[in-house]
Amino acid sequence: MSAQAKRFSGVNIAFGVLGWTVALLMFLPLIWLVVTAFKTEAEAFTVTPQLFFEPTLESFKAALSQGGGYWHYAWNSVFTAVASTLIGLMLTVPAAYAMAFYPSKRTDFTLVWMVSTKFIPAVGVLVPIFLVYKTIGLLDNVWGLIALYTAMNLPIMIWMVYSYFRDIPKDLVEAANIDGASMGQTMLKVILPLATPGLASTGLLALILAWNESFWSITMTNHAASTLPVYIASFKSAEGMFWAKMSAASVLSIAPIIVLGWFAQRQMVRGLTFGAVK
Amino acid sequence: MSSTTTHDTATARAAARREKARRAPAKWLLAPAVIFLLVWMIVPLAMTGYYSFRNYNLMMPSITGWAGWTNYKILWGDPTFWSALGVTLLIVMICLAVTVGLGLALALLFHRNFVGRGVARTLAVAPFFVMPVVTGLIWKNMLFHPAYGLLAWLFRTLGLEPIDWLAQFPLTSIITMISWEWTPFAMLVLLTGLQSLPEDQLEAVRLDGANKWHEFRHIVIPHLGQVLYVVVMLESIFFLTSFAEIYTTTSGGPGTATTNLPYYIFQGTFVQYDIGVSSAAAIGAVILANIFAIFLIRFVAGNLNAGEAR
Repeated sequence: MSAQAKRFSGVNIAFGVLGWTVALLMFLPLIWLVVTAFKTEAEAFTVTPQLFFEPTLESFKAALSQGGGYWHYAWNSVFTAVASTLIGLMLTVPAAYAMAFYPSKRTDFTLVWMVSTKFIPAVGVLVPIFLVYKTIGLLDNVWGLIALYTAMNLPIMIWMVYSYFRDIPKDLVEAANIDGASMGQTMLKVILPLATPGLASTGLLALILAWNESFWSITMTNHAASTLPVYIASFKSAEGMFWAKMSAASVLSIAPIIVLGWFAQRQMVRGLTFGAVK
Repeated sequence: MSSTTTHDTATARAAARREKARRAPAKWLLAPAVIFLLVWMIVPLAMTGYYSFRNYNLMMPSITGWAGWTNYKILWGDPTFWSALGVTLLIVMICLAVTVGLGLALALLFHRNFVGRGVARTLAVAPFFVMPVVTGLIWKNMLFHPAYGLLAWLFRTLGLEPIDWLAQFPLTSIITMISWEWTPFAMLVLLTGLQSLPEDQLEAVRLDGANKWHEFRHIVIPHLGQVLYVVVMLESIFFLTSFAEIYTTTSGGPGTATTNLPYYIFQGTFVQYDIGVSSAAAIGAVILANIFAIFLIRFVAGNLNAGEAR
């Protein structure tokens, strides 16, 4: 039987119907979110769901223009996510490089220790960080948030980059050393170009995690440094009346990351499972 | 003779020195990351430990000083703390069972070949990338709302009485939301695991005349076991710290029905301003996370050795 014929056999059609049903059910809340975003507030808030309506961009306009609305938070989200990812990579690359190519007796311990810090729950350090930030003026400050996001992602980033570096033959480093290249030169000119895809997916993962993070943003910021999750959470008490606007704001906040996520699925799996599946 | 030996030792020593000089910069490459993690994770953790033994309430600045075990005793006698611990464990356990069970079923389904499989899988994966705050609001308003939600409409259409989900089944509702977000993750990882099955081994057992069950039992299960392990451990770490879904929907209520440890500590800090007791609870949360983490760390360490053996 050819692959094509196999695809259309009875059993596979049954599985196809099941697969699509499940997929659409999983996606339904998001479809409904997008549909609601294109409604007026009156159409969004009805006892019988309105499927047929005149799509309007009013809610998007309202979400974007409302005083200190979307753009303020979106800019903070972009800035904190990008900056924490870049700082994270700058800390990650040298550390992972040192451990992958110059392992010492302590390397295993250091790696496991770094990963283990990921399992200190945020609430475990919430109180001191809040008090210290309050004292040194880092509350409601983007750099305070950036530092926290960097610390939050660093263990996973180091482990990911380390597992990419480990797949690069060590001979390359030795050859460069014999040619008289310094450690820094070897890292920047020989290894980094080879590891670019790995670094890109590590960065993408860090970006997604920082973008979606809400605990620190809710507890450490008030307005000036608040990111999109704080903006969205501000709709939580909006009983009725603002569903369309809330939906529009939500769509604007999750769409970029869902698209990025779709592109990075595989790499995210590899990163989050510490390279156990490739 | 003896002079040659001395010479050899000297050469060896020089080589060792050169080797040491060559790897010396490695320490400096590692230092920034280590220092960063120390400053932002380990030092605050130690401070939490210190505060947990202090009298420290922002509302009562006059009462300070050493508290001994008082904060821990207060915690021990607080029924809300115990219920928060129970809620935390329930969320972790049930969400694990649901996401792994459904995730495995979905992975097996999407491992089949059908028309538009790629697109269907992509749609099913999407909830994992949704920020938890948005998840909370979608479910609370557009799905769970007792009058205007989709579920209420569905129930009325079927001739049933609509249910106020967040009021009547608060914990079930929270668990549903978290499972919706994380089932795609379990599915994605398990699917990747299925797709990376060792074909040569499968080929070998087939040549030996193994049936489907043998294949599944001796090749698929051991291979997926390791992957499954990662899913369980990573998910438990995230489930232990669930916050946004609760914050945006039930605010820990009704009563304390959906107050888990993170939310309990959040309230203790920002509503009651009791730094001492909150810190003691935070230490409790760290201990709980570590009980789960021990297993993952063992896995990570094992993976490390496997990497060296390669």
